Amino acid sequence: MQKYMRWSAILVVLMLVLAACQSDGGGDTSEAPSTDGSQPAETEGTANEIPTDELGVVEIPEGDPIHLAFWGVLSGPDSSLGVDAQRGFEIAIDDRGGELLGREIELSSEDGLCTPEGGATAAQKLAADTTIVGLIGSVCSDETVGGIKTITEAGLTTISASNTRPALTAEDRDETFAGYLRTAHSDAIQGDVAAQFVYNELGLTTAATVHDGSAYAEALQQVFADSFTALGGTITAQEAVDKGQTDMSTVLSTIAASEPELLYMPIFTAEGGFIVAQSGDAAGLEDVALMGADGLFSTDFLEAAGPNVEGMYLSSPDFSAFGDAYQDFLAAHEEKYGEPPLQVFHAHGYDAANILMNAIEEVGVEVDGTLYIPKGALREAIYATTDHEGLTGTLSCSEFGDCSAPVIAVYQITATEVGPPPVLPTAPIWNPPAE
Amino acid sequence: MNGSRVERFTDVAIAAFLWALRIAVILVVVVGSFLTISQGRFTGAAWIGLAIDGLVLGSIYALIALGYTMVYGILRMINFAHGEIFMAGAFGGYFAGVFLAGAGILNAHPVLSVLSIIVMICVAAALSVAISLLVERIAYRPLRNAPRLVPLISAIGASFVLQYTFRGFLGPGIYAYPDIDFLATPLPLPFDFRVRDLLIIGSAVVMMAGLYLFVMRTRYGTAMRAVSEDRSTAVLMGIDVNRTIMLTFAMGAAMAGAAGVLYGLLFRQVFFFTGFVPGIKAFTAAVLGGIGNIPGAMLGGLFLGEVESIGPILFLDGFGVPSTNQLKDVVAFTMLVLILVFRPSGILGERVSRQRA
Amino acid sequence: MTTALPPVAQLTAVAWGHVIRTGLIGAAVAVYACLVGIVPTFHERPMIQGIISLGQTALVLILLGTGYLAARRHAAGLTALTAGAASGLIAGAGVTLLVIVGQLIDLRAVFSPASPALYDVVTFELGVAGAWIPAAFGIGLGMAAGGLSLLAPAVRRSIVNGLLAVLLLGLFAGLLRTPMLGSPLGGLARLLFASNGLTIAGAVISFVLVTAVSHVPRRVDIAQPLADLPAPQRRLLTLPFLIGGLILLLVIPQALGPFFAQVIALVAIYVLMGFGLNITLGLAGLLDLGFVAFFAVGAYTVGLMTSTAEYGLLQWPFWAAVPFAVILAAVFGGFLGLPILSIRGDYLAIATLGFGEIIRLLAGSDLLKAVLGGPRGIVNIPKPISVPPDHFLAGPDQIYYIALACAAGVAFVAWRLRASRLGRAWIAIREDEDVAEALGINLVNTKLLAYMLGAAFAGLGGAVFAGLVGSIFPSSIDLFVSINVVAIIIIGGMGSLPGVVVGAIFLIGIPELFREFSDYRFLFYGFALIAMMRFRPEGLIPSTIVARELHGDAEPEEPEEPATGPAPSAAAS
Repeated sequence: MQKYMRWSAILVVLMLVLAACQSDGGGDTSEAPSTDGSQPAETEGTANEIPTDELGVVEIPEGDPIHLAFWGVLSGPDSSLGVDAQRGFEIAIDDRGGELLGREIELSSEDGLCTPEGGATAAQKLAADTTIVGLIGSVCSDETVGGIKTITEAGLTTISASNTRPALTAEDRDETFAGYLRTAHSDAIQGDVAAQFVYNELGLTTAATVHDGSAYAEALQQVFADSFTALGGTITAQEAVDKGQTDMSTVLSTIAASEPELLYMPIFTAEGGFIVAQSGDAAGLEDVALMGADGLFSTDFLEAAGPNVEGMYLSSPDFSAFGDAYQDFLAAHEEKYGEPPLQVFHAHGYDAANILMNAIEEVGVEVDGTLYIPKGALREAIYATTDHEGLTGTLSCSEFGDCSAPVIAVYQITATEVGPPPVLPTAPIWNPPAE
Repeated sequence: MNGSRVERFTDVAIAAFLWALRIAVILVVVVGSFLTISQGRFTGAAWIGLAIDGLVLGSIYALIALGYTMVYGILRMINFAHGEIFMAGAFGGYFAGVFLAGAGILNAHPVLSVLSIIVMICVAAALSVAISLLVERIAYRPLRNAPRLVPLISAIGASFVLQYTFRGFLGPGIYAYPDIDFLATPLPLPFDFRVRDLLIIGSAVVMMAGLYLFVMRTRYGTAMRAVSEDRSTAVLMGIDVNRTIMLTFAMGAAMAGAAGVLYGLLFRQVFFFTGFVPGIKAFTAAVLGGIGNIPGAMLGGLFLGEVESIGPILFLDGFGVPSTNQLKDVVAFTMLVLILVFRPSGILGERVSRQRA
Repeated sequence: MTTALPPVAQLTAVAWGHVIRTGLIGAAVAVYACLVGIVPTFHERPMIQGIISLGQTALVLILLGTGYLAARRHAAGLTALTAGAASGLIAGAGVTLLVIVGQLIDLRAVFSPASPALYDVVTFELGVAGAWIPAAFGIGLGMAAGGLSLLAPAVRRSIVNGLLAVLLLGLFAGLLRTPMLGSPLGGLARLLFASNGLTIAGAVISFVLVTAVSHVPRRVDIAQPLADLPAPQRRLLTLPFLIGGLILLLVIPQALGPFFAQVIALVAIYVLMGFGLNITLGLAGLLDLGFVAFFAVGAYTVGLMTSTAEYGLLQWPFWAAVPFAVILAAVFGGFLGLPILSIRGDYLAIATLGFGEIIRLLAGSDLLKAVLGGPRGIVNIPKPISVPPDHFLAGPDQIYYIALACAAGVAFVAWRLRASRLGRAWIAIREDEDVAEALGINLVNTKLLAYMLGAAFAGLGGAVFAGLVGSIFPSSIDLFVSINVVAIIIIGGMGSLPGVVVGAIFLIGIPELFREFSDYRFLFYGFALIAMMRFRPEGLIPSTIVARELHGDAEPEEPEEPATGPAPSAAAS
């Protein structure tokens, strides 16, 4: 007992010393005292002046790296979505020789688990780390829904490479989204393209939808349903499954009872795999066509779904429309990771990272060896991005955070892609007609 | 704190509450079923399809439930890690199946397919038994005379260890079971019934019958029953209690391993978390049938499978409840709670000591 | 457990059977650690910069442990060294064998971590050419452990303390370095810590310093004189420590920064819930695996009443909603408790587990989506105290203080209740329901009260949690929350309030600090539960009441029947 007391006394003293030091020293990265001016200080050209900013300034002492972070799902069945986007980020860093403003770039990551709760937790960890300058993420729209308030309030700005829920960059989004932009397309476009494809190209008039309750799937299937109905089609059923559900027999029976010609299932790998694998066994679903969206565009899904996936349609960004630099990117990817990209959002990740790093270069100021990055100015610089020549197109950010240049196409899985080993289709079978 | 009046009041209140609960449940079931059927969204074929799904799933639950019920009967302990033993079996069967598919045997001929499935089941059972005995040796045996909560917590720990060991070994990904074309062949019946359904129900029945005969007719089975009845007396009778308990774990694990393969063949996938939910469901099935009671576990499994499959649609669809399949587990767990409240000894009655505290 | 070996260092000849068995177990553990991915994953983090990674440290510890276990029963110097070296060799050779086999066959089909990267880790980047390295290390480390076992206990303890200090400082380097850098201690931080892990100088300094410090003051033993003092004076002497502890609790988040504040806020919430379940489980003996249901009621009530987003109903301030959350959770507990409290033992556990799952599924279902928001939950729950962003209460700190205050309140209630007539009635029920009933205790009423109180505290925990995260989702209502709380109580010690705190620190706090290894969180968690049950089932800090009830017996106390008791039944006949 006494031994513990001795040690705890030492601990108490240490803590007190630390606490005291904290309050004098101010901490290496704590916010600089904000001036009463509501505008961030002008930083360009003014050397040797420490910037102030109402959202705070990140101070990076001499020799320390610039800390950037990626957040989004990196584990579990949907991990390939996040890993894909993060690799785009990593290659973008490599392309700059791993340095920014003469400092090394340190990249850390927080797993968002593809759930709103995971996103909320990850956001809190990120907000608590005062060395972080900028963020790329999240991966699943749910993570953004859960975490964006915390991130915005911490003065951070994040650019997502793969969130597609329309509401995230809608004109009526609230102020908690001030720190949020994306390079991924909005599903207002993807859902509409899918509906056009099904109604006009396949000539089908009835369809059922399934979502998994996620922000992404729920909104996308609704866009599809609305567009499909507007074109003249009929939605026979809109069902939901739970994340983690394995037995799909009941939901498939319910859908079969409504007799659709096509099942639109814009969900994620695990549940998507279960539905496709079991759809072959459900009476009445043998001749129903299946269609998914970019969330299922991965070899993990093909692997999980098994042979039943043959013939399935998937909507996704049109890689053939990407610029020449994309081929160089693919070569760099192959060299660094020894495999082709896992999903569809690596190029968006690359573009998002470059937009972020360009903005950091623009606002960073070095005074006496310490690098200062004002957070509010950084946010403004990102929003001000115009005509950025990215892999996915020429990108300009809107005032609601939409930096995308969407080109959506439809792909089909054939026996070649089913494998084994499963591979991703390379050429789309259908592009929407030009407006 | 005095006052028998207060006590009388709460007694009456509780009785009234329980009656209200009974009536509410019956109302939901009767009115819901009536509404659903009268709306006619589902054809007769759809109902038969659901019933078959329930039967198939129920057979798998029943096989897993046997392990729970036998271990509970003999040690009065909820083997929380049993679901993971089942998952291990599913992986064992997966690797055997991949090997056989690679060798070109799995899909070569229906007879070879069936033989392959038997091999997969044997591999799965062997793996499950090995892991189960290891867990028993490390996590349960040292605690055999400890108070009840101690082995339960240890079992929860073992469950985590197994799940995350498999996750560490195999990664978090989902493994697609090798496809066996022959299993999808429909049988010549007026409704949709495939070879797979027959295979699952058939092998479950055969294994359960075998187990029942083993427990009832053999010397080892007699020893198991004796130990479950009274361990100290069994020792006096010259029964090797350790061996008998290990045998009980092994038998339960073999059934769970086999169930893992059947589950994989049914749902085509396996990953490290596969065992958790079916494990809890199977325990529910064991309680439903009356814990410690082997035929009870079988009946409980089938009953649970059917209620899960038909229940949500039959009881709830008529009320206009959206996405009833999400409430499948709600129906199952509600039934569990109701059974525990109104008939705690299960459908067939439990076969363990009344003095369980 | 085959041959009876003397417990202490008495053997004069090498007990080869024991040595080989220990070595083989060590080999199995080492190979398991490699194949399950612990070694390569932990390799990402340096322990001592440029020398050794955390993953390699794990292997070193396994080899050291193996050698020590094999050697410690040997008295003579040479035998102890031989025993240590031999068992270390066997354990290391297991890893060597793994490297060689891994080069011949690709093990990745089954063991995904068995990549060339793993072999590089265990051979210090030499690949198959360095396959002999683990075995050589085994000999060296085993012999070192043998040597350690020969030292005088006091010296050994000091050296082990020094090693532990290096290990702990290396583990928590990142956490300690960041706040130190900004303070006058920055120079010290740069000397001791690399950007992650220790510097070589830091490792040497901390080892030497701690070894010396823990060796020297042993001569001034203050324990005995202190124990001899009369009680009032002793209390007076412990007062500074209590005040110091209190100040420590208050300055921790300020000293260690927002990340740490976040973690301890979560710990405090679990402590709060642990105190609640401690009444239900620790005192009344009702094993509730569906505790999360009441947590959910509390969190959703606060969410619905305060949220400024889509599903918020009232936009009340946080504090107005909390009483409703607590009362509603208690009422809910009453409703659920009424039908099921007559169920006994394990069945109650399963029934409550079922309840927890029902609540989770309902919260996430389309059925209640119009009210509860379905899987996307309720977001934008305001912080309990609204302050400007640079205020010291802006971050998670305020939730920590709130949770701390709530936990203190709950602890006080729980502590007073235990000594009350009601508390004794609960304990009586826990001990033997039939006897308690015969003594005139109304079983259902008394149990119901315990259940409702536990539910109310869980509701409070949920309410504070909603304030901490600022949102509530069905996926937060996880069975793991219930299991976490139960495990906290079990590991801390049933019925013990300090035990709950310690349990929460170990099970919630430590894993949160190592989120980068979160893949292995539940693996360690599982091993911890098994090991605790096997070696210390009464918990880390057993309750004094339990200890008194046990009459000094080391066995834990439990309400249920003796497991070996006669079980008259008609088993499957």
